[in-house]
Amino acid sequence: MITVQNISKLFGQKEVLSNISMVAEQGKTTLVIGGSGHGKTVLMRCIIGLEEVGSGAIFYNERNFSEMKLPQRKEIRKEMGVLFQGAALFDSLSVEENVGFPLSMFTTLSEEEKHERVNFCLKRVNLENVNKLFPSELSGGMKKRVGIARAIVMSPKYLFCDEPNSGLDPITSLVIDDLIKEITLEYNITTIVNTHDMNSVMNIGDRVVFIYKGQKWWEGTSKNILHAENKEVQEFVGTAKMLKELRK
Amino acid sequence: MLTFVSDLFFHIGRYYTLMMRAFSKPEKGYVFRKRIFEEIEKLGISSLPIVLIISVFMGAVITIQAAFGFESPWIPIYAVGMTTRDSVILEFAPTLVSLILAGKVGSSIASEIGTMRVSEQIDALEIMGVNSSAHLIFPKIIASVLINPFLIVISMFAGIMGGWAFGSLTNVVTSYEYMYGVQFDFRTYNVIYALIKTVVFAFIISSVPAYHGYYTKGGALEVGKSSTSAVVYSSLLILIFNFILTQLLLA
Repeated sequence: MITVQNISKLFGQKEVLSNISMVAEQGKTTLVIGGSGHGKTVLMRCIIGLEEVGSGAIFYNERNFSEMKLPQRKEIRKEMGVLFQGAALFDSLSVEENVGFPLSMFTTLSEEEKHERVNFCLKRVNLENVNKLFPSELSGGMKKRVGIARAIVMSPKYLFCDEPNSGLDPITSLVIDDLIKEITLEYNITTIVNTHDMNSVMNIGDRVVFIYKGQKWWEGTSKNILHAENKEVQEFVGTAKMLKELRK
Repeated sequence: MLTFVSDLFFHIGRYYTLMMRAFSKPEKGYVFRKRIFEEIEKLGISSLPIVLIISVFMGAVITIQAAFGFESPWIPIYAVGMTTRDSVILEFAPTLVSLILAGKVGSSIASEIGTMRVSEQIDALEIMGVNSSAHLIFPKIIASVLINPFLIVISMFAGIMGGWAFGSLTNVVTSYEYMYGVQFDFRTYNVIYALIKTVVFAFIISSVPAYHGYYTKGGALEVGKSSTSAVVYSSLLILIFNFILTQLLLA
C-alpha cells in the first residue's frame, strides 16, 4: 500500500502540487487522471522519489519514503517497477538486455536463468522472438510492452505507469490496459497509473484521483466518476453535456 | 560579472558533486568491467583512424615548414627531424589530438548522456536503484584515461613517420638526415611530460562532456546545445591546463 500525505511541491515560486493526499491499495489499480500540465507526472515523480517533495510524506507500507536517505531509498526502489511515458528503454541494449538489465545488476542468476526469466516476462506481455531486436526496431506498442516486461522482471511490489497509452492506437491501448490490470491482480501489486485516457479509466481504474491545477479535485471509483457533481471532472470526462441532456 | 562568478562556482560545485557520485563503488564488478571495454572500443579504438590521418599530415606539414625555415647553411639539415620530433611529442600529439578528440569524443559523450537524460533513461536507471552517474560516467573516464595515452603514443609515431615519408618524397630532407635528427639528443622526459598532459586531457575530455550531458534539460534542441557547450568548455579547459602543466613540468 502507498499512502501519500498532504504533499506539496514548488518549482521556484510556482506551486505545482498543493496538499495532495491519496491511498493506493495493494492488488488494485489507482488511476491519477487530469489534463496535461496539471501535475500528474510531477506527483508520480514525487511518489517514486525522482523529485523531492516540498512538504508532506509518502509511505510505502508504513515506511516513510520521503524521510529516507539514498541508500534506504535504493532498497525500496528495487521493489518498484516503472513504465515511463516513452518506455525509456536503453537504446544501446537489445530487448533481452533491456529486460534482463535489473537481473544483471542486482541478482546472482546464471546467464541461463536470466534468459529464462527474461523470456517468461516477454511472453507475459505477449512478445516473442524479439530478444535480439533493438528499441529503434520496435513499434510504440512493443516498446511499452518491453517496458512493462522490464518493470516486472524483478517481481516488484509497486508498479507505476506514466501515460502508458500515449501515442498508441485504441486497440493497442486496450492491450496495454488489460496487461496492467492482469499483472496487478496476478502478482497482487500496488499499481498507480497516470493517464488522461477515459477508456483506461473505465477499463482498469479501481480507484480514480482527479488532479486539477496541482490539487486533488475529486476522488472515487471509475463507476461513479460518470456521476461526479464536480464541474471540472464532468468536463474532463466529457459527460457534462450528456448529463445536461439527461436532466432535461 | 557577479552572475558570471556565481554561475562559475555553481557549475564547479555541481561538477564536483557529480564526480564524487561517479567515483563510487560499482554495483556489479563484471558489468562495470564490460562497460569499460565497451567504452575503450567506442571512445578509443574507433578514434584511431582519425588520429592516424591527422598525425601523418601534421608531421608532414611540420617537416616541410621546418625545412623551409632552415635554409641557412649554419643550421644542419638534420635539425628538421629534430624539430618535427620535438614539435610532435611536446605539443602536437598530446594537445592537438586531444583537442580533436574533445570534438569527436566529447560531443558523442554529451549527446549520448543528454539523450538518455531527456528520454528518461537516466531516471529509469535511478528507479532501478542504479547509481546512474557511476554506471554511465565512471567507465567513460576510466576508458579515456587508459586508452588516450596509447592513442597519443601512436599519434607521435605516426606524426614522425609522416614527416619522414613526406620529407623524403618531396626531397626537402634525406631519409638518413631526418632519422639522424629524430634520434639526436632524444629526451625521454619529453614523452613523460606529454603523457602526463594526455592523462589530464583525457579526464577533461570524458568528464566535462559527461557533466554537460547529465544535466541536460528539455529535448533535442537542448541536447545539441549541451553537445556544443561540452566541446567548447572541454577545449578551453584543455588549453588552460596545457599552459598550467607546461609551466609546472617544463619551466
